[in-house]
Amino acid sequence: MASLELNINDKIYTVDVDPQTPLLWVIRDHVGLTGTKFGCGIAQCGACLVHVDGNPIHSCVTPTSSAIGRKITTIEGISSDRSHPVQKAWIKHQVPQCGYCHSGQIMSAVALLNNNPEPTDNDIDMAMQGVICRCGTYPRIREAIHTAAKMNANKGEK
Amino acid sequence: MSTTLFEKSVSRKEFLKVSGATGAALMLGFIFPFGSRGKEAILKNISAEEVLTADLTPFIIIDSSNKITLMLHKPEMGQGTYQSMPVILAEELDVTLDQVTIKPALANRKKYGYMGVGGSNSVRGSWMKLRQAGAAARTMLVTAAAQTWKVPVNECFAKEGRVYHNGSDKNAKYGDLVETAAKMSVPQNPKLKEPKDFQLIGKPIPRPDIPLKVSGSAEFGLDVKVPGMLYASVEHCPVFRGKVKSFDDTAAKAVPGVKSVIASERHIRNNKLYGVAVVADSYYAALEGRKALKIDWDFGKYENANTQDLYKDMRELTKSEGKIAKQQGDFENAYRNASIKTEALYELPFAAHAPMEPQNAVAHVQGDKCEIWASTQVPDRAQQIVAGLLNIPLENVTLHFKFMGGAYGRRLISDPITEAVFLSQKVGAPVKVAWTREDDMTLGPFRPGTVSSLKGGVDNTGKLVAFQHKVVAPSINDSMSGGPINGGKVDRGAMEGITDSPYEIPNLKIHNIYAESPVAISWWRSVYASTTSFAQESFVDEMAHVAGKDPLQFRIDMIHENKRMKNLYEFLREKSGWNKTLPDGWGKGVAAIEFFAGRAGHVVYVSKKGAGVKIERIVSAIDCGRAVNPDNVKAQVEGSIVMALTAALKDEITLYNGKVLQSNFDSYRMMRINEIPPIEVYIVPSTDKPDGVGEPGLPTLAPALGNAIFDATGKRIRKLPFNINRI
Repeated sequence: MASLELNINDKIYTVDVDPQTPLLWVIRDHVGLTGTKFGCGIAQCGACLVHVDGNPIHSCVTPTSSAIGRKITTIEGISSDRSHPVQKAWIKHQVPQCGYCHSGQIMSAVALLNNNPEPTDNDIDMAMQGVICRCGTYPRIREAIHTAAKMNANKGEK
Repeated sequence: MSTTLFEKSVSRKEFLKVSGATGAALMLGFIFPFGSRGKEAILKNISAEEVLTADLTPFIIIDSSNKITLMLHKPEMGQGTYQSMPVILAEELDVTLDQVTIKPALANRKKYGYMGVGGSNSVRGSWMKLRQAGAAARTMLVTAAAQTWKVPVNECFAKEGRVYHNGSDKNAKYGDLVETAAKMSVPQNPKLKEPKDFQLIGKPIPRPDIPLKVSGSAEFGLDVKVPGMLYASVEHCPVFRGKVKSFDDTAAKAVPGVKSVIASERHIRNNKLYGVAVVADSYYAALEGRKALKIDWDFGKYENANTQDLYKDMRELTKSEGKIAKQQGDFENAYRNASIKTEALYELPFAAHAPMEPQNAVAHVQGDKCEIWASTQVPDRAQQIVAGLLNIPLENVTLHFKFMGGAYGRRLISDPITEAVFLSQKVGAPVKVAWTREDDMTLGPFRPGTVSSLKGGVDNTGKLVAFQHKVVAPSINDSMSGGPINGGKVDRGAMEGITDSPYEIPNLKIHNIYAESPVAISWWRSVYASTTSFAQESFVDEMAHVAGKDPLQFRIDMIHENKRMKNLYEFLREKSGWNKTLPDGWGKGVAAIEFFAGRAGHVVYVSKKGAGVKIERIVSAIDCGRAVNPDNVKAQVEGSIVMALTAALKDEITLYNGKVLQSNFDSYRMMRINEIPPIEVYIVPSTDKPDGVGEPGLPTLAPALGNAIFDATGKRIRKLPFNINRI
């Protein structure tokens, strides 16, 4: 056990955990931010995606020790009021069904749009294929990302 | 019920706890004779005493501050009950969705009737009773306004949470009328709205659960945390019905944070299944402790079971007669005399539900009371199971249903709940049981694999005159009962969509042949139709080709009585552009089904690509009667298609030495976004009462795809899954 300081969504949390504990369980069970989900534990499904210094990582296989001193962003951190263009687009297209994978889907989409503001279908396929949706909401995910890209572009013009 | 009476009989605090309401309230509920599954609902105005004694619970609560609460009795697993149930109530109550608070109900069959979600039944099963509840409340509020204003009731009308007087500017919000309304008796047959006046039903009103799901704030079962809660990870016997011989927990107990190691139990209906649980103060400690366990198993009867032998046996069984599930005319004679005869064998695999949220439950047993938090499809059934296991009164079990991270039938089975209850009782603390993905993937219960043997004969006019379908299938009911029992009866469940096929064939023989399952099996989205209809609809296509007929017309020509299925095929023909000339190298296939869940069908277009094919376009149609939320109906069909593609093109569940070989998403792969072809979903316009939505889109996607592949390549797919890149 060790006392570790984590910067999550611009807030400092002190947790007393085994430093090898996957970041996922620390975020969910110790910090109490349960928006980030457990799906597979082997970096196959993407339900656990969070951003570390802006890059999407699988928190289920990331030891907590490796995130110390870095900026962690979870689904709860992308907006406080569902105002992020990706969230708005997700609502507009009524994307989620069960919703369980969508924290990961949204974190993946946010990272995509940060790097590539106008992704093609192919760009979306490449960037989003790491996140599994068992309910099969993929067609709507694709549409919603295009919509979010347009919202971003319109915002930029103003 | 007046405020005075209310305050006399129920403490304000108690009432607030029950309803979240303030001030006077109009509460409307149903009485359900116990165990009736809500078929004999009686509308009744609920007295304050009844709230306190909890014999009844309101569906609609309106308080004098105008807060309108609609109780949600059907859990949300992605199918949209969080929108559809409130919309039906709100439609008749004449309020908008943004005027109401939706509150999940505690499990209680006596109050709400059957609360289970499955069998594509939420909307169609709740349609009339929710409309009646809404209409009764609206009628009482309008009557209350008329009395207050001393005007004829037919001069008053309700709209968006207010009652208005025609001919004056009098109006009042519902909250101001509840005290008067609550004193009235509840109309038993309230006048329902004319469908032409629907404001919400039939429109794509956004789902109120979606904002929660894009912000990480929807609470799923696995997200639940209660004070003092411990975490458990269980090493389950990897072989079905195996037992723990002995275990060494020395190393496990040495892991920091591990509190105890316990021989554990869980229940799938009559099957008691075993494992060793590590209970710890963190989930990571429980997992680490579990890795350090040494367990000696008694694998039992299925120690050497494997799917290769099972399928060999099932193929052999197709030579037997089994039980006759349906018979018409004289199949043998007609087949003997047919101009063209064809026969074929189809093999369909076992499949995992693999919901993204692995199985879990939180339970807290305290003396003769138990509280449960779980993502479950069957809140009231789970409550009964737990009460039975603990031998305590039903009302001592409080069950909170949570959002489900997918279910597809898996959460009809309450084994994780029984496991959490067992462990909580042992350790005397609240316990969260959280399965790993590997637990979820390897333990099932799985969709049973089936083998179908078919024979068909065509006469010299190209008409299908003789048809035989032998379905070899493990029995879910049998497995649940702790069998094999293999009684003399036909397993009707295994014959769904086959014995009730819309095709009218003069000489027909349908057999049900029992096979024993060496793994736990259960209901998987669309159940047996997800395998047997692949055989049926592919073979009908084979017959169309040998008869030299257009496969779509061939089907329509066999349907006379079932107008909706005939119409569905006509609708598909039009929407898909079936009769248009295809580009070179393309093929098209069609298949549709009507079964317990409803009716839907698909046309699939493929093109030859390298050694395989590419799916160019999927055109789907569903006839679900009146669509309560057309956008959600489309979403459910889209999802069914993706799940069907996964089952057809990815991996199967296989068994070796009694153990399941697939363990995670690397060996049991899912379709990913880059593999999804263009999908178009059309809803057959209908004013019929609502029918099933969640499952009908699944069974016939694979046969439509297989039929398209045959059309493009001349190769017939008779076994799933298959590699689409190498036909």
